[in-house]
Amino acid sequence: MNALKQYIDLYDEHRDLIEQQSPALLNTLRRSAREHLEGARLPRKGSEDYEATDLEAVFAHDYGVNVNRLPFEADPGETFHCDVPNLSTCLYYSSNDAFHSSPTAERNIGQVVVEPFSMAAVDYPELMNAYYGSQARLSDPTVALNTLLVQDGLFIYVPDGVVAERPLQLVNIFNAALDMMVQRRVLIVVGKNAAIKLLVCDHTQSPDYHYLNNQVVEIVAMQGATVDYYDMEESTPLTRRVSSIYVDQHEGSNVLIDGITLINGFTRNNYHVEVNGEHAETHLLGMTIASGEQHVDSRTFISHNAPRCNSNEMFKYVLNDHAVGAFAGKILVQPDCPRVEAYQGNRNLCGAPTAKMYTKPQLEIYTDDVMCSHGSAVGQLDEEALFYMRTRGIGIDEARRLLMQAFVADVIDGVRLDALKDRLHYLVEKRFAGTLSNCACCSQACRPAK
Amino acid sequence: MKETEKPEKGNQIIEEAAQAEYKYGFVTDIDTEVIPKGLDEDVVRRISALKGEPEWLLEFRLKAYRHWLTLKAPTWGHVHVPEIDYQAISYYAAPRQLKKGGVEDIDPELKRTFDKLGIPLEEQLRLSGMAVDAVMDSVSVKTTYRERLAELGVIFCSISEAVKDYPDLVRKYLGKVVPYTDNFYAALNSAVFSDGSFVYIPKGVRCPMELSTYFRINAAQTGQFERTLIVADDDAYVSYLEGCTAPMRDENQLHAAIVEIIVEDRAEVKYSTVQNWYPGDKDGKGGIYNLVTKRGLCRGDHSKLSWTQVETGSAITWKYPSCVLKGDHSVGEFYSVALTNNWQEADTGTKMIHLGKHSTSTIVSKGISAGHSQNSYRGMVKIAPKATGCRNFTQCDSLLLSDTSGAHTFPVIEVGNDTSVVEHEATTSKINEDQIFYCNQRGIATEDAVGLIVNGYAKEVMAKLPMEFAVEAQKLLNISLEGAVG
Repeated sequence: MNALKQYIDLYDEHRDLIEQQSPALLNTLRRSAREHLEGARLPRKGSEDYEATDLEAVFAHDYGVNVNRLPFEADPGETFHCDVPNLSTCLYYSSNDAFHSSPTAERNIGQVVVEPFSMAAVDYPELMNAYYGSQARLSDPTVALNTLLVQDGLFIYVPDGVVAERPLQLVNIFNAALDMMVQRRVLIVVGKNAAIKLLVCDHTQSPDYHYLNNQVVEIVAMQGATVDYYDMEESTPLTRRVSSIYVDQHEGSNVLIDGITLINGFTRNNYHVEVNGEHAETHLLGMTIASGEQHVDSRTFISHNAPRCNSNEMFKYVLNDHAVGAFAGKILVQPDCPRVEAYQGNRNLCGAPTAKMYTKPQLEIYTDDVMCSHGSAVGQLDEEALFYMRTRGIGIDEARRLLMQAFVADVIDGVRLDALKDRLHYLVEKRFAGTLSNCACCSQACRPAK
Repeated sequence: MKETEKPEKGNQIIEEAAQAEYKYGFVTDIDTEVIPKGLDEDVVRRISALKGEPEWLLEFRLKAYRHWLTLKAPTWGHVHVPEIDYQAISYYAAPRQLKKGGVEDIDPELKRTFDKLGIPLEEQLRLSGMAVDAVMDSVSVKTTYRERLAELGVIFCSISEAVKDYPDLVRKYLGKVVPYTDNFYAALNSAVFSDGSFVYIPKGVRCPMELSTYFRINAAQTGQFERTLIVADDDAYVSYLEGCTAPMRDENQLHAAIVEIIVEDRAEVKYSTVQNWYPGDKDGKGGIYNLVTKRGLCRGDHSKLSWTQVETGSAITWKYPSCVLKGDHSVGEFYSVALTNNWQEADTGTKMIHLGKHSTSTIVSKGISAGHSQNSYRGMVKIAPKATGCRNFTQCDSLLLSDTSGAHTFPVIEVGNDTSVVEHEATTSKINEDQIFYCNQRGIATEDAVGLIVNGYAKEVMAKLPMEFAVEAQKLLNISLEGAVG
């Protein structure tokens, strides 16, 4: 079995159709993606960095691919409200993999450019040419597949010196009435001394269909740029997601990426950060709350290619029922990069005998004057803390909930937006209480009732 | 001392360390019987015939050889093992003198060799109170104290003798912990293994002395493939030491050993290694490829297996002494100091497989990299779903002494239930300049300060070694980083 083959055949068959409906730029890279996919196989469970995850099985399902770019009629913005109280954001929607213009959001806020690739290829050809595909590694078959089939994407550009006043929120929704795979693609270029905060959330409207989101996000942070990227997934047990985020950091840039998985089916998150400038700072945070049959696998790779930069990583998992969690992180310090400080942490709570956690924190250091560490722990809630709370009249369930909330609190506290922090605390509280399915302000019952 | 002088001085110290001589690099000129180079079924049959082995063992070797042909050498390690021409190695070498007679007729040259290595085969032995099995090239040269141990029922002999004298025991346990299908080098070893030690401690016996095997590669263009099998029956205890050296040669020599340990109910085995194979010269020429498979099975409840290793030699080290903790409440321990200098590469660590309930394991690994060396810790802690209430603590620290060396950590943790606790911590850094400054302030020269800090850093592991070995290991660390660190 080779799950990739069905998609490669699809491309070979409909090559003209796919290329006609995409900007020329996307077609150039498509050919080299095709070459990379020749003879390539998706990783099976047990291969390096895929200890618990079988991508072959994930892609083997027969998904529909919208090569004709048929529009899906409903405006998600009208029915789908996923706002953060007390946080004024510029709201954008993408439905499946098509960027949806919404009447509630202006196309360009201030000087920040938010456009689909089809427009950006005309408006900013130099930037698109320079950065599209510049970070993503075609050697990863899922990235090559995305590059092969992608027809549009979202381009976000913050010019030099521009500090976006309001955070930008992008809501990705699956709303097709059939099993479907989409290739989401985002390119974010943040100019010198510019700053932006992005909040991205993934949702699924129908719990009855199988969806696969194979997405690639490329972030380029120029000298002194600040980028916050909050990535939240609240989908359904039948939704699968393979996400690869690539970051290129220049001198003095500050990038924060926070990946939060509250409800999902299968998720593989790849974070690949190349720190190419001195004094650059990287914060990588991750939080997973998984129960039922949820599967969440994160892989991080931070390569310090310049001296005097630092990175900080913390991933926390709370696993219950039959959930499977996996974490593989690597910090690489290249030769001649002294004074690098890099810390990596992975803490996991196994709340049920059937929950499984796989973790592989790694260091690869080629310079002596560095401070690097990693730590990993898998355990349970502290019995004494539970007992203490019960002696104070707090019921066992409530006590467990409180302790689990406290356990993930530091990941949430790493969020650099107060309103979002409050919202996340609220969502996590509801998630642990099992009442996340009832969103107060939304008319769509998109989430499965517990 | 001025601030600016520090790094230079430090470099110089490391430089000097790199020049330190390998003091076991001499060649003993004794008559050696070597079978021609090359490997095929006939060679396997010939080794077996030379050793007068029974049919079942030959069958075992042949099965292993046929399986080996289907395998490829592993490439996942963070080491660069060049393509090895397995047909250019001789698989059996034996000091010829030995054939003539018994223990008394031991070749004086051979005896001098072991004296030079500080291995007490005779008088010194009585003082140190340690039983020694000395293995030169492919055969066991002499095992001391055998008779005294026999009174207690302890069997300590070379594995070839064990095959003759205790065939049932050997047959029962050989290949049970490391089957010949385990990996490429294990299959090779199973096909051509020459000698090694066999230890059996009967029920309830606490072995009164440390058992020790000293391995020496002497002949050129040979490989050493020894096999050690240790069985501790119920309530038994044994402490086993292993040491190894080789002459300085420009060629690379292969050492692919297997160590199997079986620990029954409430028994305890302590296995200590001071590995000092020739590491190659300061330009990375020559040296031993040390590619070994070591594994212990804690089969009984409340059994305990403790690995302690000090790794300073070998051009390439690829070894992962592991514990399969099958018995309930069984205990696995791994303490390691790995020092690499010049162009050495070490990829070492452990696997703790928790299958029994309430089994616990501790891993402490200290890596020290100098020169252009690469030092990796690779480990796995796996807790099976039914192994409830398990506990693991892992700590691996790396110390970098030069900006051209590398230190890496590749741990894997798999937890399959909710009542086990696993912790892993790792740090990588260079010697703290504040600490050196503090020592300097107290009138301690940088050289001595580095030595103090490195010794302090490795102390946690050194403390686990039996006393005789701790002294040797301490000396070894000093030699490997001589002039500066020690």
